Amino acid sequence: MTTKTTYTKPLSALAILTLLLTACGGNSGNKAEGAAASPAAASPSVSVAASGSASPSAASGNSQEKVTIEYWQYEYPAKVTLIDELIKEFQAQNPTITVKQTNFPYDQYNEKVATLVPAGKGPDVINLYYGWLPKYVSSGFLQPLPEAAFPAAQIESDYYPLVNAAKIDGSYWAIPTAVRTLALFYNKDLFAKANIAQPPATWEELVEDAKKLTEKDGKGQFVVEGFAWEPGAQLHHWYRDGLLPQAGGQDLSDDRRRILWADTPAGLEAFQYLIDFAVKHKVGTTGVFTDDATAFKTGHAAINIDGSFRLGSLKKDAPDLQYGIAPLPAYKNKSAPSSFWANAIPKNVSGAKLEAATKFLQFLTSKEVQEKWVEQVGELPAQRAVATQDKYLNDEKLGPFISQLDNSKAHFFIDETGERTLFVDATNEVLLNHVPVEQAFKDLVAKTQKLYDDYWAKADKK
Amino acid sequence: MISSAIQRSAKVGRRLLAVRFTYRTQRIVFIYSMLGVPLLYFLVTRLVPIVYSFNISVREWDVLSPEKPYVGFSNFAALFVDETFRRSLANTFLFVAVGIPGQLAAGLAVALLLQSATRLRGFFRTVYFIPYVTSIVAISWVFRWMLMPNGWVNAQLLNLGIPAQLFLQSPRQAPFVVALAMIWQSVGFQMLVFVTGLEGIPRTYYEAAQIDGANAWRRFRHITIPLLNPVILFSAVIAGISYLQAFGHIVSMTQDGGPLNSTRTLVYHIYKLAFKSFDMGSASAATVILFVILLAFTLLQLKVLDRKVDY
Repeated sequence: MTTKTTYTKPLSALAILTLLLTACGGNSGNKAEGAAASPAAASPSVSVAASGSASPSAASGNSQEKVTIEYWQYEYPAKVTLIDELIKEFQAQNPTITVKQTNFPYDQYNEKVATLVPAGKGPDVINLYYGWLPKYVSSGFLQPLPEAAFPAAQIESDYYPLVNAAKIDGSYWAIPTAVRTLALFYNKDLFAKANIAQPPATWEELVEDAKKLTEKDGKGQFVVEGFAWEPGAQLHHWYRDGLLPQAGGQDLSDDRRRILWADTPAGLEAFQYLIDFAVKHKVGTTGVFTDDATAFKTGHAAINIDGSFRLGSLKKDAPDLQYGIAPLPAYKNKSAPSSFWANAIPKNVSGAKLEAATKFLQFLTSKEVQEKWVEQVGELPAQRAVATQDKYLNDEKLGPFISQLDNSKAHFFIDETGERTLFVDATNEVLLNHVPVEQAFKDLVAKTQKLYDDYWAKADKK
Repeated sequence: MISSAIQRSAKVGRRLLAVRFTYRTQRIVFIYSMLGVPLLYFLVTRLVPIVYSFNISVREWDVLSPEKPYVGFSNFAALFVDETFRRSLANTFLFVAVGIPGQLAAGLAVALLLQSATRLRGFFRTVYFIPYVTSIVAISWVFRWMLMPNGWVNAQLLNLGIPAQLFLQSPRQAPFVVALAMIWQSVGFQMLVFVTGLEGIPRTYYEAAQIDGANAWRRFRHITIPLLNPVILFSAVIAGISYLQAFGHIVSMTQDGGPLNSTRTLVYHIYKLAFKSFDMGSASAATVILFVILLAFTLLQLKVLDRKVDY
């Protein structure tokens, strides 16, 4: 009896301590580790404090006070490493400014911003996806770029037109270092096998080539898709900023409130063209090798419409794949979908910190930084002068992407997920439920318009 | 002999400890304070967020804006009008209707077989349990690979002369395929639960029934099932809660809630609302609805299935 009681109390105290420690560690459901829904409450943020060798030498004779600014970026290894280097360079050029970089996993990025910025713990410069700008601006998180440092006229002359998507209410709210576009990826070996000399340059050629490249086995199953067809991947972007303008149609009204797809026959024509790949020509369909990128990487899709962001993973996962890149096929004119991550300044940054943040932003958008970005991250320069240098235009992989930038467009998303889902549902209605294309298209336009109407109704109330 | 010094200090001690706990009181205080610590933890990490989400559900809040204006029940009304939400409710109930009987039946079948197995019982138990401790994401992706239009399963079907199926690409087949994957993964756990339950049934009942001339089916129906009732009730409740919250498999096996939202369950809809559309008000409203459904479901099951059987 006595031996038991001497151990009971310390043991139970230890048990409770262990319970508390394990409970603080994470969710009780360790089965869902891969599911990206881990609530913000449970995971600690990953902080990469890259405060450089900040020993301002008194020899510089600068009596300005030291300023520390914070830069937030999502976790993308190549970008994080490059920013660390750039910060060291910037701090060497500007001894009175120290920059700290903080990173969060992509999935938690918006939540972190939402919780920390209103609490006053936000950054001084923030990197965000251009599609989130409408939300961030309407929530009052950002301030317009300082007009003196970034005059609108200069932005419009120096940068590619797609940066227009960062212009809201007449001012520019963010500025990118690099941009991405879509292009045609094609498998050189499969092209040689089918005796096709050049990648397709027009809509008809794309269909012809895809039909020649498609291989099916004896039972009618796809061995090689002529054209990887996954509307939920890049094809819905291809529709809005590629096919639709190429057919002569317009995406949104100037005030970005109305969907103009059905205003001309171009909208339906472009939609029909996209659907026909799977329904009429049967050169590809959803789910083959789980998705389009995987099918292309494993040599089971001859052509894939994908972005410059795929170059890195192709190099890593399929180093032996013989593939080429061509500009997207044109129709009545040329147009290429594009997107970008841009840097912005949150609202409550002012005084010395605002000056420092502006300097850092100017540094990030300088020519040298853009060139480094191309080399290390693989994205394309946002400024025309930088991108059209011969070394890039003549690059086998980058050249075709860059040649499209003059005709690039970035759709103004109010809800990227919602808009994408509606598009994929429409294609599925035709593909799986055999709904007539005109009907599915009409429903798609109506539902997307409703999405926009709801968004603007809320935005106007504020 | 107790020295006078000790006697004096004992008197002082008695006066200092004006309230002296009896041994029994001490024990009770100790037990409840030890129980109180995890309870406090649960209150803070479970109850408080639940109440907070009730608060958010009656407000309009996109995660980025600092204001959360009160809007009454308009979030709930908007949800019920939304076709996608109604679809996700229907899908969730489909998962429950298919999943619970499927899982219980499969688990019971395997448990019964395991009971009558004489050799390699430990080996089979391990083999059946392994899926349960495997990552949901890993299993889902393997299934996805096997079931793709030009995948292994279709190849076998074609060899047998059956036309290739769309499986995860078909709005009609996808929910059943995903439910099947979930059932397969939970069979191990279910089997263990039932094995324990089966071992609690005295063999004398079976022997008596056999003597009275009952065949295997009647023995199963009149002895096994009734005496397994508490286990069946427990399993049904646990399985029901799990299927009502089906999420991991859906995210990994289908994109965007499946073709034409056929595998979009309630939790997936909440996830999309909260973390992709950033509409916290609606998402919280949907979680409140889920909470009510879970509560009703559990209470209903406890009422309907809770029959004590004693022979």
